[in-house]
Amino acid sequence: MSKERLGYFDPKKPQEGRITDIGPSHYGQFMPPILRKNYGNWASHRILEPGLLMHVSETGDKAFSVRFGAPRVMSVEHIREICDIADKYCNGYVRWTTRNNVEFITDKEDTARALKKDLDSRKHIGGSFKFPTGGTGNSITNIVHTQGWLHCHTPATDASGLVKAVADDLFNDFKTMRMPAKLRVSMACCLNMCGAVHCSDIALLGYHRKPPAIDNDAVGKACEIPLVVAACPLYAIKPVTTAEGKKTVTINTEKCMYCGNCYTMCMGLPLADKEGDGVAILAGGKISNRLSQPKFSKVVVPWLPNEMPRWPSVVKTVHQIVEAYAKDAKKYERLGDWAERIGWERFFEKCGLEFSWHLLDDYRLAYDTFRTSTQFKYTDHAWAVSKAAGGI
Amino acid sequence: MGIPGKEKLWDKEEKEHRKYDDVRIFADKDLKNYTEDELKTFKPKHATPMLDELEKGPWPSFVSDLKREALHRKKVGQDNLLIPMEAVDDLLGVVELSYKEGETHWKHGGIVGVLGYGGGVIGRYCDQQQKFPAVAHFHTIRVNQPGAKFYNTDFLRAFCDICEYRGSGITNMHGSTGDMVMLGSTTEQLEPIFFDLTHDLGNDIGGSGSNLRTPSDCIGPARCEFACYDTLGMCYEMTMAFQDELHRPAFPYKFKFKFDGCPNCCVASIARSDMAFIGTWKDDIRINQEAVQAYVADKIPRDGGGMTGANWGPFDIKSEIIDLCPTHCMQWDGKKLSINNAECIRCMHCINAMPEALRVGKDTGLSILLGAKAPILEGAQMSVLTVPFMYAKHPFESQQAFARKVQDWWIEEGKNRERLGELIQRMGLKTLIEVLGLPAMPQMVKEPRSNPYVFFKADEVPGGFARDIDDYRSRHPK
Repeated sequence: MSKERLGYFDPKKPQEGRITDIGPSHYGQFMPPILRKNYGNWASHRILEPGLLMHVSETGDKAFSVRFGAPRVMSVEHIREICDIADKYCNGYVRWTTRNNVEFITDKEDTARALKKDLDSRKHIGGSFKFPTGGTGNSITNIVHTQGWLHCHTPATDASGLVKAVADDLFNDFKTMRMPAKLRVSMACCLNMCGAVHCSDIALLGYHRKPPAIDNDAVGKACEIPLVVAACPLYAIKPVTTAEGKKTVTINTEKCMYCGNCYTMCMGLPLADKEGDGVAILAGGKISNRLSQPKFSKVVVPWLPNEMPRWPSVVKTVHQIVEAYAKDAKKYERLGDWAERIGWERFFEKCGLEFSWHLLDDYRLAYDTFRTSTQFKYTDHAWAVSKAAGGI
Repeated sequence: MGIPGKEKLWDKEEKEHRKYDDVRIFADKDLKNYTEDELKTFKPKHATPMLDELEKGPWPSFVSDLKREALHRKKVGQDNLLIPMEAVDDLLGVVELSYKEGETHWKHGGIVGVLGYGGGVIGRYCDQQQKFPAVAHFHTIRVNQPGAKFYNTDFLRAFCDICEYRGSGITNMHGSTGDMVMLGSTTEQLEPIFFDLTHDLGNDIGGSGSNLRTPSDCIGPARCEFACYDTLGMCYEMTMAFQDELHRPAFPYKFKFKFDGCPNCCVASIARSDMAFIGTWKDDIRINQEAVQAYVADKIPRDGGGMTGANWGPFDIKSEIIDLCPTHCMQWDGKKLSINNAECIRCMHCINAMPEALRVGKDTGLSILLGAKAPILEGAQMSVLTVPFMYAKHPFESQQAFARKVQDWWIEEGKNRERLGELIQRMGLKTLIEVLGLPAMPQMVKEPRSNPYVFFKADEVPGGFARDIDDYRSRHPK
């Protein structure tokens, strides 16, 4: 590559030599030979131990995959070390999974086992593992997440740090496969959800609790006011002209649900606020069609504070949910299926979670979530209502 | 790829393949330029007592990793870098400040990009530029990842060199949509990065804004026996066929294709893509009766060995398979497993639980589901089953034609920032299928409507909607 400041680009002739619309590099050139040879001919698989998979083809060929967890924020130094390992054991082939894990694939079992040992032996100076193997089968695999304070303009919390704290707590379950079914934890640092955590067994969601601050000057100068008004899903934004004649907007704070959609359209309406921002926890979603249909995660904790640097309240709450599930669910039962079988009232009881009015839906189609049946279980929450109603 | 006719540019199995050495920026001495001891005693520019707490614990610490990169950049030296040497130091500093204050210090993005494209680059600026000048401008470049995120080290090392020389050296592997993400470059370096990527790596940038976002796929037939179609091939072909839509925003909002090889949905297409292609089959589940017996005899671990971390007792085919089957279409007579395949809904449970005995059918293709999205704006939506089965064969022309029909309707009718699923919500599923020329089927709904407010069409009613009050009054005097 060129080391010139502007490389191959000549600003005087910007079109010269420009290559466009070439798409991604073709995957075929990056597949290890064992996978090319057996492409489309795989017959079965077996997880030999946490972090080590064996796939068997129609011809009896075997591919061994070693999986390790990676933070998705990664320096080139980290990638280069992964490359060194790939060169040493796998002839330079390596792949990433959808959940930010990394896999080395080889046709030799002893190579895979040596590789696995090597990976587990490497640590950062600070003491954490660089390449912990695991994340297979019914483990709690890597927590996918978003950018947070490292790089994003709308977060209500950090992503990498919160995930690190939770993943430390769940680490043993990354290394073992004791869960009744897969348990997917995901994290998104605001409602935009570039992490699309809305269908995870446990979702951590950065959440703002205050309406935007209005920077009249910036709204007037830098924003398309009609677009800002139209951006609000609850019609809470109105265009106004200030006493000084400046065009800006007002926000009906009663209507605002702090979604940040207006801020996406207009930099003059920032939401971030130290006291307002925190983390909501959702649970019981899934993506797979296995047994039950895919389902959304439900809000089970409306808000917990941002407690930097290690978010002890979030970590503790996730831990409680995981342990209650691991102890009580039947095999093959996803967290959401478990909650539905025992009843959500029992879910809150077993997980030791508060239930407050915040968890009663009041957005569109809320009525669909109301219980219109006499089928319920008695828990402390129920007795409290009976007492309050003067019935006991 | 890539550069036309160079689909094997980086292929190690080819004689004349491109190597890292052919395009590298850094010499070996620049790459291994610090010792473990230096790293131990290294003090980054800013004290980060809160972030340092995140070096503790077993999970890989991004803080430790960032510090390593900070040291590496320092040793490489500013003369060998086009982005401030202290970019990672200042990144640590600004994140530490956010940890103290509980608020982000990144500003709303500006519009930056490369000539002729309207996506792939996201402008990012720090709002504490005096304190952290090395990250004052800190743009993101999304690089379109190869299918199923397969790489070789020649390609990756070349990518790393660009990231470090013309960027901060920090990446996301990968972004949520699937791209390889380079963090921390400046406006000046965007074109040079784009030229390096296209000329030397033979790789394009990805999508952002109101365009087709970078499509992604599961590992599919490359290493999975459940794959019902060629997810990698189709993802690639569709990405290439829709390059214009990917690079030049012409949509009301973002649009995502995702390719899952089976109903297990490892890339979450059903929840995360406007158009989800999910593998399925229409013949019978293949049964190896001997292997079924081996499971029953506990000779093969259940669920591909994925449940061995707890004691779930001996395998019981009746309670674990037969009784759990959502449609109760399976039978076990003590010797033989049989399946009433006509009643099977292909949920994958029995196959997942006994992968060495049961396999997906041989007559395979895909289902198409439309309209999934995260909560902004109208609430989260899952995608709707629209086409139950379609064969998916190279070059996937029928899927391309179908996708264009859907997109044309959405471009025509969609409001600004309205996702396809929201348009379907607003205009109705009936409008969607009318546009697509599809008949309605019960499979499109969980249950038929419970309200009877059917909007009949005028031509369905004899005489249409034109009423004649005189005619009515001739029978019903006032």
